[in-house]
Order: sequence, then structure tokens, then C-alpha cells
Amino acid sequence: MLNRLERKHLLGIEDLTREEIEFIIYTAENLKEISSRDIKKVPTLRGKTIISFFYEPSTRTRTSFEIAAKRLSADTISISASSSSIVKGESLIDTARNIEAMMPDVLIIRYPYAGAPHFLARHLDTSIINAGDGMHEHPTQALLDVMTVKEKKGRIEGLEIVIIGDIAHSRVARSDILAFTKLGARVRVSGPPSLIPPYIEALGADYYQDIEDALIGADVVIALRVQRERQKQVFFPDTREYFIRFGLNKRRLGLTKEDALFMHPGPVNWGVELDPEIMELPRTIILDQVSNGVAIRMAVLYLLAGSKT
Amino acid sequence: MKYHSQRNKRLIIKSGHLIDPGQGLDGVFDILIEGGVIEAIERDIPVEYAEVIDASGKIVVPGLIDVHTHLREPGFEHKETIETGAKAAVAGGFTTICCMANTNPVNDNQEVTRFILKQARAAGAAKVYPIGAVSKGLKGEEMAPIGELKEAGVVALSDDGNPITNSSFLRRALEYARYFGLPIISHAEDKMLSPDGVMNEGKISTQLGLPGIPNTAEEIMVFRDIKLAELTGWHIHIAHVSSAGSVELIRQAKARGIRVTAETCPHYFSLTEEAVKEFDTNAKVSPPLRTKDDIEGIKNGLRDGTIDIIVTDHAPHHPLEKAVPFEQAPSGIIGLESSLPICIRLIEEGVLSWPELIRKMSYMPACIFGLPGGTLKLRRPADITIIDPKIRYRIDVNRFYSKGRNCPFHNWEVIGRAIITIVDGNIVYKADLRDPLSLTY
Repeated sequence: MLNRLERKHLLGIEDLTREEIEFIIYTAENLKEISSRDIKKVPTLRGKTIISFFYEPSTRTRTSFEIAAKRLSADTISISASSSSIVKGESLIDTARNIEAMMPDVLIIRYPYAGAPHFLARHLDTSIINAGDGMHEHPTQALLDVMTVKEKKGRIEGLEIVIIGDIAHSRVARSDILAFTKLGARVRVSGPPSLIPPYIEALGADYYQDIEDALIGADVVIALRVQRERQKQVFFPDTREYFIRFGLNKRRLGLTKEDALFMHPGPVNWGVELDPEIMELPRTIILDQVSNGVAIRMAVLYLLAGSKT
Repeated sequence: MKYHSQRNKRLIIKSGHLIDPGQGLDGVFDILIEGGVIEAIERDIPVEYAEVIDASGKIVVPGLIDVHTHLREPGFEHKETIETGAKAAVAGGFTTICCMANTNPVNDNQEVTRFILKQARAAGAAKVYPIGAVSKGLKGEEMAPIGELKEAGVVALSDDGNPITNSSFLRRALEYARYFGLPIISHAEDKMLSPDGVMNEGKISTQLGLPGIPNTAEEIMVFRDIKLAELTGWHIHIAHVSSAGSVELIRQAKARGIRVTAETCPHYFSLTEEAVKEFDTNAKVSPPLRTKDDIEGIKNGLRDGTIDIIVTDHAPHHPLEKAVPFEQAPSGIIGLESSLPICIRLIEEGVLSWPELIRKMSYMPACIFGLPGGTLKLRRPADITIIDPKIRYRIDVNRFYSKGRNCPFHNWEVIGRAIITIVDGNIVYKADLRDPLSLTY
């Protein structure tokens, strides 16, 4: 096991080694307990300034990062596109350089286009954390997904993970495929072919034409949100047809292993990709993912900003 | 840089290896230039009363011609001006360039055409021939005044950058342009197939989560263009071929005798989609960089003559415009000052011989677009490029005359470059070979 993370930025799962992923999860498992204390705060990042910079709407990720930073006693500032000079036409690089001039320790960025965090990492000295870049990566989501599966299953190696739905537009799918395969799981993807990107096998996943075939024998099922806001073209007839043909319900989930887990990165369109009848199943662990999200983000912030001193 | 100020002087280029495919010359000759034109090409011309350039060990060719550049003026002078573009051209060995119509205002009327010609004369470097718009405002709706544009001096028509989607409109434009003898240059891309596309659709686009542009988006339009050339009996020239499939379609069309010609650019036979991997916006270009198979297809097309000419599609942008996340960056690669050494690699690889390369970079562009130059026949303008084929150096964008820095070949170690460029008998560019920054030995 590593004892520190020798990197300045968290830009994507693609850059991480298996050992680094395991070390981040291990750190998160240790930090998780802080959130169940009466006084949920440790002084680890006291005096550190963390700025989160969200150019896209977000509830979970943004709140989760902010809570994580606060529980580690960092000072946090949150900027959104609509309240920043972006609306006055300031470029990303100018905005970022101006923010950097105020000496933050970490910049967390979510951006509607791929590669924006990588772009900032090339131009700035501050640590950059990718909180989702276009359709590219969402590394902390993948890390919390891995942590949640490992918590419930005790392992990742050898598991059959199935990702269903809009793979083409999903940064979660890309990061999840990379993370789970790096840790020795097999990942299957399925959904309407119009939402499966070409050369999906280049990411390391196996494509199944029929979603029910994909579900047979699965240990974990991750449903993806139908991302209407990214779909400027026609990819499928309508949400009703999607729900009937590709939505996950009790019958379809019955094809999986008996102890299979059902996950979703949120926000869920109930009645589109998931049937509300599965909401209360004990195997549906969507809220556990959210809780672990705080622990993962505490771990990432701690390892990037805190552990060096 | 000197300007046209040496009229009526005698200039002799001594002992260079002359390659002039237009008249089948390939050997050591002297060239006598007088009054801006070629006076003699002989084995041994006496050097009395003449300025002499010793070209021994160098290759002497008819001035290179690039029929596809974007000079950005009027309207986008922060990216490039006609002057900086024309100077970049001669520094890269080009004596003649054509500039596309997507300026602001668009070159869809004689005022803009005349303005471009006036600025080019003032710059005094390369000869500049404007390309007029096919449609008013490049909108693909109403025809530009093609006769007026011809009279003002355009040498071809193109809505480059804005593919003409309406096939009926392109058909009528071809028929009308035929009367004036102006070929139409087509940017072949079905944008409906790549609405948000920013790079080749393939492995890398899936890995990076970037919206892709399939080869099909180009090939569908190449096929349509070929069918319209067949229907109208008029000449269509396919711009910047990037896909192996397009090469095959053009090959078949030529075999059937359809009036179609084609060009490609150095980046389409030297770089693949891999160049985008670090989200390098300098490798963002339209059409996009594709795959090894496409490079092979394009090289085969160059070899067998399916692809007639090599152009740069020189598309400068301000460095700040490219300093944004990949999807938001404008498309375009500059090429005037990197094209020749990159093309010389084709000779090293055995794809083309020297005469074949010069044919594609000078003789054929002149033939296809009816431009003066392209060969050094007697009494023709003395537009000449002298190339050092052995010099080894690193391409350095910071040394470019172009205002653009968006060149993916920056820092490449290459061999060969233009060392002297002559337009109408005047030396308009001379490389400073002692400059340690631009050249390393």
C-alpha cells in the first residue's frame, strides 16, 4: 500500500494506477467515520483555501465537495458560471488565472466540455480536481462507486459490473469502466446502440447488444441517467419507449445474481431509466453512494492538499 | 525582406539542380533572369554583369504555389493580415498563394476582391490570387455575383468552411460558373452527420469523450460532389481530402472521366487522431486528423495521381483563441512555413520523387487554376524557389512570419527548406542560415 499520493492533480481515472486508486479508497474508508461523529470536523486542512468552480448545474457533487472540505476545516468558496464574470465574457483561462492570484490551494472544476481541467492543469500551479468535464471523466464519482461496491462486496476483483443506458454521453460510464477494470472487475455495457459510442472496447468494456443478456449473472448494475441536455440529436423515440425497452425494473433486475447491487450516479429520472418499484429494494444503494461521496472527496482533498506538510 | 526593386537587373542562379516537371527538366543548369522573366536555361551561362546566386548542391524549382490559404483580412487582422500571410508564404518557399473567401466582409463582391489584390501588391511578397464566394455571405442561399468576381480577379469559387448543403444550389452554381471558367472548390462535409463534432470519430474520441466526425461525413459529400460534377460537366475541386474512402471515390470518378481534381494537406499524411490525445487545440482542424489507414490511403492517392496537389489550408488563429478547452477552440492549422519540410518527408519515405512533389506543389496547382507560374519556360515570370535539401533543423513557430502559432509540427526535427524565394526576378526572401535559433546543424 502507498503511503502518499505522488500527484498534484486529480484529472481522471485514466491517469491513476491501481495502487493509487486503492490508496484513495483506503484513505476514504478511514475518513468516513468522521462524518458519523457528533462534531464532524477535524483540523487537517485548516488554513487551506479550496475553490470550487461549477460551470454546470450540480447538487450532489458540489455539496459533497463543500461538505468534505469543511469537515477537514478548509476554507471553501464556491463559484458558479451564472454568478461569475463568465457572463461578462471572461475566458476560462483569465478567470482561472485571476482566481489563482488569490492563492487557493485547490481548484475543483466542473465544466461542460472535455479537457477543461487538463487545460487548467497545464496553465496553473494550483492543484486541480476534475468534478466532471463534458462527456470525458468524473473521477470522484468512479472512486465513490468503487468504494461503495467494495464496502458491500468486500472486493472488486472478479466482479461482473454492468452499466446500462446512455454510455455515449456519460462521463460516469467512462470513469467507471476505467476504474473497475483497473481493479480487476469485468465491465459490460448495454443500451440503445444509438447511445453506445464507437470503439467502446477501447475503454476496456464488453458490449452486449441485448440488455437482458448483459444483466444475466451481474454482481452490480449501474443505471445511467438519460442526459437529455446533452442530446441535441434524436437518439431514441421517447422516454416512454425507453422505459419499456431499456428501463430497469424488478423483472429485469431478477436476471442478475441474487445479491447484486443496483446503483445510479444521480440525479435519477424515475420512470425513465429506473422503475420507481425498485427504489425501496435493500439492494438499491443509491444513497450509500452519496454518503461515500463525502468520504472520497475528503480523501482526495486530504491527499492532494494536506498530506504533504 | 526586400521588395520588388531590382527590375532589369541580370540575375544568374548558378549550378543548381533544376527540377521543372512542366518542361521535363531534371539536372544541373544555370538560369538567367532579366527584367523579371526567365531569359535562358543553359548548362553554363557566363556571369559577367550579373548578380550571381551560387546554387550548387541546392534544388531550384518553379516557385511553389499554395491554392488554399486563409489570410483573414479583411475582418480578422488579429489572426493574420495579407502582408503577414504573404511574407510567411515566401519564407516557406511559396511564390503564389490563393486566399479563401471567408473574411469579414466575405469576398462575395468586387470591392473585397480589389481590396485583397491592393493589399497584396502593397505587401510585395508572394503573389496573391483571391478565391470568391460561391454564395452571398457563404450562406448557401443566393449566388454571389460570379461574373463580377471573375472580372475583379478571382481564380476560383468556394464557400470553404461552410459546406454547401443544398445540392440543387450547388448544381446551378456549377452550371453558372462553367460559363466563366471558374472551378468550384468544395469543402466536403455533411455537417448533419457531425453536428457538434470536434475530432475524428474513433477510439480516441470515445476515450476523450469528444463528439466525433465520422469519415462518412466527408465521403457522402465527396460522392455528391462527384455526381454533380458529372451531371453539370463542370470542374469541381475537392478541398483537403482527409479520408481514405474519399480517395477511393475520387479515383473511381477520375477513371470514369469526370472533371474532378483533389488536394490534401501535410497534416493529413503526417498526423493521426493521436495528436489530439492531450487535448492539443493546435491539432484541431476541419476536416479532422484521422487514422493510419487514412494516411496510407492518402499516400496511395498522392502516388497514383488521384490527389493532384498539396495545399496547406493555412488557417491562422490568435494564440488566445486556441488557449481554451478543446471543444471551444476554433479549427485550423497553419502551414505556409512548415509545409515544404513536411512534404519532403514524402520523398524520404519513397512516396514521391522530387519531380513528382514539385509537380504537386507548383506545376499542377498552376494548371488546375490557370495561374501564371508553375514552370520556368522562357519569357515566363521568374518565380523561383531555391531549396536546401540537406539542412537539418527544428520547426519553431516563434520564428514564423505568420501571426498564427497553431502548428502541430512545432519542434519537429526536419530536413530541407526554402532558402531563397524569387518573385518576378526579385529576391523576396533569403533565409538567415547562421541564425542558431532557426537552424541547428
